[in-house]
Amino acid sequence: MKRIFLGASVLALTASMAMAQSTHINIGDQLEPPHLDPTAGAAGAIDNVVYANIYEGLTRFSADGDVIAGLAESWDISEDGLTYTFNLRSGVKYHDGSDMTASDVVYSLNRARAEDSTNAQKGLFAGIADVTAADDTTVVVTLTSENGGFLFNMAWGDAIILNEGDDVEALKSQPNGTGAFTFTNWVQGDSINLARNENYWGTPAILETVTIKYISDPTAAFAAMMAGDIDAFPTFPAPENLPQFDADPRFTVIIGSTEGETILATNNKMPPFDNPLVRKALSHAIDRSAIIDGAMFGYGTPIGSHFAPHNPAYIDLTGESNYDPELARALLAEAGYPDGFTTTLKLPPPTYARRGGEIIAAQLRAVGIETEVTNLEWGSWLEEVFRGYDFGLTIVSHTEPMDFGVYADPEYYFQYDSAEYQALMEELTAETDPDRRIALMQDAQRMMAADDVNVYLFQLAKTGVANKNIVGLWENSPTQATDLTAVYWSE
Amino acid sequence: MIKAAFKMPGFTIGFILAMTFVLAALVSFFWTPFPTDIVDVPNKFQLPNRVNWLGTDHLGRDIFSMLMVGARTSIAVAVVAVGIGMGLGVPLGLAAAARKGSLLDEVIMRGNDLVFAFPALLIAILITAVFGPSAVNAIIAIGIFNIPVFARLSRGAALSLWTRDFVLSARVAGKGAVRISAEHILPNILNLLIVQGTIQFSLGILAEAALSYIGLGAQPPIPSWGRMLADSQTMASFAPHLALFPGAAIVLTVLGLNLMGDALRDLFDPKIRRGRE
Amino acid sequence: MLRYILKRLISLGLSLIAASVLIFVAIEIIPGDAAAYMLGINASPEAVAALREQIGLNQSDFTRYFDWATGMLRGDFGISYTYRVPVADMISNRLWVSLPLAMYALFLSTLIAFPIGIIAASKRGSVADWMVMGGTQLGVAIPNFWFAMLMVQLLAIKYQFFTAGGFPGWDNFWLGMKALTLPAFVLALPQASILARVMRSALLDTLTEDFMRTARAKGRTRRGALVHHALRNAMIPVLTIIGLQFSFLLAGAIIIEKIFFLPGLGSLILTAISQRDLIVVESVVMLLVFAVIVVTFVVDITYALVDPRLRRRV
Repeated sequence: MKRIFLGASVLALTASMAMAQSTHINIGDQLEPPHLDPTAGAAGAIDNVVYANIYEGLTRFSADGDVIAGLAESWDISEDGLTYTFNLRSGVKYHDGSDMTASDVVYSLNRARAEDSTNAQKGLFAGIADVTAADDTTVVVTLTSENGGFLFNMAWGDAIILNEGDDVEALKSQPNGTGAFTFTNWVQGDSINLARNENYWGTPAILETVTIKYISDPTAAFAAMMAGDIDAFPTFPAPENLPQFDADPRFTVIIGSTEGETILATNNKMPPFDNPLVRKALSHAIDRSAIIDGAMFGYGTPIGSHFAPHNPAYIDLTGESNYDPELARALLAEAGYPDGFTTTLKLPPPTYARRGGEIIAAQLRAVGIETEVTNLEWGSWLEEVFRGYDFGLTIVSHTEPMDFGVYADPEYYFQYDSAEYQALMEELTAETDPDRRIALMQDAQRMMAADDVNVYLFQLAKTGVANKNIVGLWENSPTQATDLTAVYWSE
Repeated sequence: MIKAAFKMPGFTIGFILAMTFVLAALVSFFWTPFPTDIVDVPNKFQLPNRVNWLGTDHLGRDIFSMLMVGARTSIAVAVVAVGIGMGLGVPLGLAAAARKGSLLDEVIMRGNDLVFAFPALLIAILITAVFGPSAVNAIIAIGIFNIPVFARLSRGAALSLWTRDFVLSARVAGKGAVRISAEHILPNILNLLIVQGTIQFSLGILAEAALSYIGLGAQPPIPSWGRMLADSQTMASFAPHLALFPGAAIVLTVLGLNLMGDALRDLFDPKIRRGRE
Repeated sequence: MLRYILKRLISLGLSLIAASVLIFVAIEIIPGDAAAYMLGINASPEAVAALREQIGLNQSDFTRYFDWATGMLRGDFGISYTYRVPVADMISNRLWVSLPLAMYALFLSTLIAFPIGIIAASKRGSVADWMVMGGTQLGVAIPNFWFAMLMVQLLAIKYQFFTAGGFPGWDNFWLGMKALTLPAFVLALPQASILARVMRSALLDTLTEDFMRTARAKGRTRRGALVHHALRNAMIPVLTIIGLQFSFLLAGAIIIEKIFFLPGLGSLILTAISQRDLIVVESVVMLLVFAVIVVTFVVDITYALVDPRLRRRV
């Protein structure tokens, strides 16, 4: 019985693919998610499938990064900034047919902030004192203190609203959301299929079916695009192949920004990096443009602090750490290392780290700093570098939006411990006036740059490739997502 | 003997091929056309020309120089791995043969079977997952799998020698098992060991390339053929020379060693079966 | 004989236990854990601890080994840490790719090796023999991942005869076969080279035996005698090699599966290692080791039955 059913659905699927190319899309992605519950895992691959497509939160990110209304139609903020009253949309149904009500919101937020919560971004919910349902479509959230970023926090994929009463273990393989697409099936190791939600509360999706195919190998990804097996690769893994796509009239190359600040992280508590002069020397020893050219083939924007250039509050501080090997050597001598020193450079798997690492090792060698390079998998990197503080230098891209708050945590792996910065962050959290917030964020950038906490390399570019007839893909990546709700074929 | 070897065309070709790379590796200690640890991004993807004989890679490094130093890495890893295999495998095999049928023999042989049962590449991956990737760990991973090869080979060969007259007379003369193994058995299986050593050496080079290819061998900035191939993979469609030269280097070295090994085998024992397992 | 089998059976059991302990210990010391991997770099330590508790990582090593080892006796490999599905299901899904791939490669390898091995043997010393011997030397020397890279560049990207990889499933048998063809061919090449050489030397060995002379004396041509009589006698070493190659192909396709992004056992284990889904890693390794140990056992027993002198492989 099960077999027959399966066979029929597969048949139907292939038939629909053959009949109408214009309503189906094959999306390529590099990493397959471990499961499909964004409230219980940090894998960006989860959000790439479910964010905006399957699951929605109270608010959401738009394509240009603004926080807009999601399942909450509107909201009121009390005078003191401590009480948020969300007015939910009515008539929203989960894919299994049940209604989305205020109690689902209460359940989801309480679950995320509970003691035994396994939410990867538990910090987003830390300021919540209480969540209550005033009636079926009204939720009142009380905060412990003012939080100018609360609506922003609620837009994250980790803050989506689950259906109360669903078995959360089952959701990992069978998500049940409110979004414009429903989950069809998951061929593990190969692909995930979605179908249009015909009962969607908002503007329905244009595509009828979606296949997200997982191709981890960049060469295979290139071949699959070239052969037309994949229609769009929103984040193409090999920037070196983009010129070839650009030259091919069948494709468009979509270059946008991401929230990924790529940094050469420095162990601030480990000698000699506890010496500010040494860190300053590092920042002058690195030639960002060579790294962007060599490792990313030109895709990427230089940054001078841990802050995204497309953000309105951004100030360009790259001049403070301009490439000047002479100065770097002088600073090292002043710090007491005229002959340099030897340290470790531990690299996680992404190309920016591995290729960038080779270039950085060569640049550091030129000013007398020898590095022992070790390539690590993410698992070992998390254990050794992130939790074990066992590293001198490492390269990593911090892809969460507006994540400069981590610099206020002295336990965070690069261990920047500045009372001044921590006070600044507290002030920022409590501030709700937009202009004041911008001013404070600019102070933060200046402080990060002046203290040379890390060497800020470049903002990771979103390098997408798509069939030229596909319209509506996100150009930028304000959060990890492949929002397909507005995507269609122009021919 | 040496003269006889060079009369065999297979041996001569193999010898020339293998020696070319050994020589390149040795010379690289003193001289390479360009330094391999300096990155020159604006000079990337040069095609072979008079300055860079085999062109430059994606970071502007000279491919010819990289291949020379890469030969050093490959050969060093393979030689040490074979050394580990011989150093531990041969004594184990001889001991098992000397005490045929004993518990020691049983334990050694079943231990060999056990190691053989593990898929080699997989174990190498696991070893590097535990200890982190490095040339040393690649050597250990490859070396472990050489131990049972030499243990089995020397046990088998030694067993047949133990029944021979000269061993019997040595026993009558009161020599112990250790002395007999060292003085009478070992010299007589040396030829076999050399042949097998050549073959394991070539397999070691392939294994090192495979490990480096998946990022588990020697770490940058030490060049390695396998990693050069891995780096070139996405660029092969517009810069094929990045993928062709390191691959050719591997093929020619392995080919040379195999030709030498086969020729030596024929030379030492014309009756021995051709064709390798 | 019975005593011999019993003895081997005991050592088989001991080997399996030793292997399981070895695998468990070796894999459990891999640094990093699944919970930390799943929650990423902004996770709070409490969330990681809660997840560790949830997926059972906080139990003692001994308890986990015991559960895992006794579960395997019942065919239950436990639950994947990351995917939260039974490991046995994951493995059996992947076997549907890896097993056909190994069989396909073996088939191609035999298909290539038999004729050229026979030709080389029947025309020993001829140009054809030289070409076969030279070609097979090359076949052994080419690293298969490099060959795969070149094939993908040439046949999939440049001329697009094949897809560059991926596996569409067995719903359409021919599409499935097409997807496996290039990887199977790449895997088959070095195996075919080895097999052809074994074939050739096994045939040459039998050519000197008495029954061959009898056959020739009866008026068989050299090739006729070769095909009808020698081939049958050369099958023992050839089949032994094929058996060994099969278990090698099952586990040895890791890199090829990665290049062609085939969802087989190899890619399962690579992903599981990187995600620190250690129970999956342990189970797959154990399964592969089990397969080899059992095959070796069966081969030993068969040999011993055929020829009692061969109580011990050399």
